[in-house]
Amino acid sequence: MNKEYTEAKARFEAGVLKTLQKNKERKDAFSTGGGLPLERLYGPEMTEGADYLKEVGFPGEYPFTRGVQSTMFRGRFWTMRQYAGFASAEESNERYRYLLASGTTGLSVAFDLPTQIGYDSDDPMAQGECGKVGVAIDSLKDMEILFDQIPLDKVSTSMTINAPASVLLAMYICVGEKQGVPMSALSGTIQNDILKEYIARGTYIFPPKPSMRLITDIFEFCSQNVPKWNTISISGYHIREAGSTAAQEVAFTLADGIAYVEAARSKGLDPNVFGERLSFFFNAHNDFLEEVAKFRAARRMWAKIMKDRFGVTNPKAQMLRFHTQTGGSTLTAQQPENNIVRVTMQALSAVLGGTQSLHTNSMDEALALPSEKSVMIALRTQQIIAYESGVTNTVDPLAGSYVVESLTNEIEEKAFEYIQQIDEMGGMLTAIEKGYVQKHIQDSAYEFQRAVESKEAVVVGVNKFQIEEKNKDMKLLTVDASVGERQIKKLHELKASRDNAAVSNALEAIRLAALDESRNLMPLIIDAVRVYATEGEICGVLRGVFGEYTENIVL
Amino acid sequence: MDERKIRVVVAKPGLDGHDRGAKVVARALRDAGMEVIYTGLRQTPEQIVETVLQEDADAVGISILSGAHTFYFTKIINMLREKDAGDIIVFGGGVIPDSDIPALLEAGAGAVFGPGTSTTVCVEWLEEAVAKKRAKE
Amino acid sequence: MDALLEKALGGDIRSIARIISLIENDNPEKDVLLKRIYPMTGNAIVLGITGSPGAGKSTLTDKVIEHFRSQEKKVGVIAVDPSSPFSGGAILADRIRMQRHTGDPGVYIRSMGTRGSLGGLSRGTRESVILLDACGYDVIIIETVGVGQSEVDIIKIADTVCLVLVPGMGDDIQIMKAGIMEIANVFAINKADKPGVDRVAAEVRLMLDLVKERPWVPPVHLTIAENGSGIDELVESIVSHGVFLKNNPDGVRREWRRLAFEVEEILLQHITRMAEKSWNAYKTDEVMEQLLSRKSNPYTVAEDVLSKIIPGTRMV
Repeated sequence: MNKEYTEAKARFEAGVLKTLQKNKERKDAFSTGGGLPLERLYGPEMTEGADYLKEVGFPGEYPFTRGVQSTMFRGRFWTMRQYAGFASAEESNERYRYLLASGTTGLSVAFDLPTQIGYDSDDPMAQGECGKVGVAIDSLKDMEILFDQIPLDKVSTSMTINAPASVLLAMYICVGEKQGVPMSALSGTIQNDILKEYIARGTYIFPPKPSMRLITDIFEFCSQNVPKWNTISISGYHIREAGSTAAQEVAFTLADGIAYVEAARSKGLDPNVFGERLSFFFNAHNDFLEEVAKFRAARRMWAKIMKDRFGVTNPKAQMLRFHTQTGGSTLTAQQPENNIVRVTMQALSAVLGGTQSLHTNSMDEALALPSEKSVMIALRTQQIIAYESGVTNTVDPLAGSYVVESLTNEIEEKAFEYIQQIDEMGGMLTAIEKGYVQKHIQDSAYEFQRAVESKEAVVVGVNKFQIEEKNKDMKLLTVDASVGERQIKKLHELKASRDNAAVSNALEAIRLAALDESRNLMPLIIDAVRVYATEGEICGVLRGVFGEYTENIVL
Repeated sequence: MDERKIRVVVAKPGLDGHDRGAKVVARALRDAGMEVIYTGLRQTPEQIVETVLQEDADAVGISILSGAHTFYFTKIINMLREKDAGDIIVFGGGVIPDSDIPALLEAGAGAVFGPGTSTTVCVEWLEEAVAKKRAKE
Repeated sequence: MDALLEKALGGDIRSIARIISLIENDNPEKDVLLKRIYPMTGNAIVLGITGSPGAGKSTLTDKVIEHFRSQEKKVGVIAVDPSSPFSGGAILADRIRMQRHTGDPGVYIRSMGTRGSLGGLSRGTRESVILLDACGYDVIIIETVGVGQSEVDIIKIADTVCLVLVPGMGDDIQIMKAGIMEIANVFAINKADKPGVDRVAAEVRLMLDLVKERPWVPPVHLTIAENGSGIDELVESIVSHGVFLKNNPDGVRREWRRLAFEVEEILLQHITRMAEKSWNAYKTDEVMEQLLSRKSNPYTVAEDVLSKIIPGTRMV
């Protein structure tokens, strides 16, 4: 910086010192939510010497800091994709049609825990859990009901399913078949990210090696047959929800991504090809500036990783495309209407961060699954940002902000440090085995809890500005306890009416193929699903061959 | 001479995999001098009850965020009673609507700590509850 | 206490658990109880499983339990984890790996914190083993905190100690440290599908070469606890060692050492308790002043305290 500036700055700092003597600042030191130190003022010296073209660049061009497309939201808004699903396929289908009529542009399916963990509704492990956190899907029959009157060639569907993703994808394909929609026309996403299950989410089934095999089988199958399908949503959302910092969220997510690319590559798949269909899923948390910087840093980092580490030359495969969900764990049970405000700010940070698709949480998040009314408000939040706030009328508006560019750099630096440590340890699978990742997350979670309890971190309505709250008048969604019973009845009817011989044969074929690492399991799973083998039956066969994962505790 | 430690089982029943809260509470209880037996995920009510008995726990903390709280709380409380262990304190937390709490307390839960509860409150309540329980022994 | 003991001997889990708590809490009645049941002990295989964190001890223990259960043997497990030196509390999470056995009436698992004890086990471990032995458990497994310089209590309590090593964790250096070879009666090199396993095995065998004249040369087993590989052979060696202890004079001598240690432990506990009591009664401000001003000295004070317990004691 030139002499004039330096001198002026020094005068400014001297003035600040005088002010501080009279009026102290609220804290001795300020930092972002993720613990990065925050200066009082960011000025041009922060970005001095930065090579704009190399580090920031243009939207739609390497390293994609400013976005993955040149016109971003001036061309098309992000997909407004509200995660939904509960109880039975019939009730969820109703909610999906309601959402589509209200203006969502994509579906996002939430499955219940038994479905996510490969258990049918009549399994003893499923007791009490049917339909509670999402829709219960036991077989193709349920899937057909779920998408009744929903044209799969017109809608893109994201399915939050991981360990048994192959089965649910197979079901979706079969529903498309029945509707006359070929696989090549289907568009959507399966989450299919098992590593973060081991780290933070807990709905794993099989141990890491066979799980990676299933994932790469899907990559291979889809790149040949379902080209518009995003075969994985490498997730940081849950890692953040489990308590990590922003830099850790980026670092561990991208490290997972590295592990997946390596696995696919060693299977003989070309990163230039499957790389196009990798997608990511991040959290939109509280610290507004840090979050915007985080998304930009993630894009730049992934582009560098794909180019430098994996030699990817196809720009579409260097791009980090992502879905965002606002941070559920930031929402409070106390004074729930406040959550609408929190979600608005978080959603805005995701939009300014250039997200491709967004789910906004409902205000009753900390209490139950969203009611119709609260889900409507959440959707309207996105629509108001899109149509009324003006921020969508220009691309990457916060670029060039001294603090945002500074934080973008810092998060990248910090995240690369973590990735390097993971590399030195032998990669993400080893890091997870050793508990390295989990320990960092838990430590951050505990630190945050202490900060809240010491009131260093304020949560409005919880540790400050509390009110005496009587019975909240909110109408909460309740899931009918009879869902489980109804599902069990349906299962019995299904098993009585299907071709059980065909099912047996199909299951046996899966079992044999599972034993042979060189076989791709997808076609066989599709065959089994088509003859109405249940999810539990298919996963049961795979459990028999692959075994089950036991969690690694590091406390 | 040892003072008598408070022993608490922290359990995750059912299929819910969200363990951030359970782990934070476990650490807080440990930092308050208690011995915490952490069961890990995917516990059946039978496993939880058997663990409580084998470990001679004073209390068991149940963490549920999946909506299946009424099912699990009542099952565990009833099983403990059947085994003549109704004196063991049952408490918990997670995503549990206020309107469901009275029924849980009626069924025999000592306390339900909703989102936003500080761990200090939890520790203090537990210490008091255990003192009361021991006074009756 | 009597009623409780009767129920425990009858197999009531809650009673067994309660007595172990009384033992852990140093309840004054426990000595009488232990005296009563001692004659019923000496039948169980007492197996210690130790090794650094991450070696897979708990997973191994889980498989060993499975093996013994398939032979219909009753198994008791005491899993020890370190207590926090600051708060005195502990997070005990070893049972997670063995949780599938919870619900099997033939398996009892108890988690313990070290509660300030520095030897890798807790003070109550030894006595809990006595209880479980008397209650008819055929095999009692003690799973301890990682092995290091000081965590050697396990050899004083277990008949057979299995040391679990893993390739790639710097264990080759650990092996060189004094005491390791003295501790283990059986070696398990776990996660044997990982690179570096041959090197670790070679290092161990090299060290064992130095002791090859001894009556019992610890066998080295390669295991993959995750899938059960090598477990059967490992257990066979453990059982053989138990037989060796009974039949071989060297084994008998080892048992004697262990029993002597038991007596010494109890003596120390009591003497320490008496000394503390005596000292606390003696320790007035006046005495402390005398020490501070050098009018008296710690040795004379100690002599005085001791002679209150044992008249005429002199330091010589």
